[in-house]
Amino acid sequence: MEDNQGILWEVFVQPKPGRPYKHVGSLHAYDKTMAMEAARDLYTRRGEGQALWLVKSEDIVASQPEDMDAFFDPANDKAYRHPTFYTMPEGSKHI
Amino acid sequence: MNTDLYNYTLRLADNGLILSHRLAEYISCGPFLEEDLALTNTGLDLIGQSEALLKYAAEQNGKVDEDYLAFGREEYEYYNFHMVEYPNEDYGYVIARQFLMDVFNYYNYTLLVDSKDETIAAIAAKAIKEVTYHLKRSSEWIIRLGDGTKESHDKIQSCINNLWMYVDEFFETDEVNDRLIAAGIAADISTVKANWHKKVSEVLETATLTKPELPKYSLVYGKDGGHTDYMGYLLAEMQFLKNRFPNATW
Repeated sequence: MEDNQGILWEVFVQPKPGRPYKHVGSLHAYDKTMAMEAARDLYTRRGEGQALWLVKSEDIVASQPEDMDAFFDPANDKAYRHPTFYTMPEGSKHI
Repeated sequence: MNTDLYNYTLRLADNGLILSHRLAEYISCGPFLEEDLALTNTGLDLIGQSEALLKYAAEQNGKVDEDYLAFGREEYEYYNFHMVEYPNEDYGYVIARQFLMDVFNYYNYTLLVDSKDETIAAIAAKAIKEVTYHLKRSSEWIIRLGDGTKESHDKIQSCINNLWMYVDEFFETDEVNDRLIAAGIAADISTVKANWHKKVSEVLETATLTKPELPKYSLVYGKDGGHTDYMGYLLAEMQFLKNRFPNATW
């Protein structure tokens, strides 16, 4: 059957003003307005958030699973990249 | 008991109750998942509004509770518009029916926010946020279907044409209504009518659809307890559980 559900959108919800937007899922819709309404109905019906971002899935540039090793493995054995060798001033917090 | 206020409360409640039942029947039949959930949300909003109104009616009545009012009445004791009884023939009918009712609900509740009856005003204040969204959603669909393909245009136009005969009841006033309008309790139906026509004309024009003429359809209205043939079947299903298991709880 032909897919006539519209294009795919990714949904990001902000729980409260000032907080980061978090990816919560995706949905199908034909255009921006309908996508926003569907997002409201699908992802905020239990008070999950106070603001929404929508991005067309095709507009997201994503890394590919086959690149995983080349991209991320080299970072695994380079502990010196973590700033853990400094002595922290006493009483400092949130670092 | 103020019979006028009681009847008026039931009229408001029954429109939401019966329409929400129709939307409940449509669960899992939506054209796609997102739309299915959105329609169900709308139905849940409507049953919530009706529950509050039926509670208020039950308080006024004093002898019955809101569950009885929802599920125990005879057909002629329901006061909803004929429009909301209309079956879910297809998605076009569901959304056209919704749109015509949403416009009515929106302007009716807008006025009821200032009702001199505090309970009705409070229920309206809560409902107006919900129906504002309902109206936005159904208007968007009417515009997209009307101004979509030739097929979607013709289908939604025929749905609107066929449902149009149930519109005149919205604005038919009677003594109950007139007395409550005079008392500042009911919404002034002539204002609702003017706003309704303005909004519907706007949306239909944007949707490249033709607004039908308003015929005088029926001498018996739903708000007086007279109903279409659809109502009996609807109630048989809606009241089944209560009839079969009168004391069921969950």
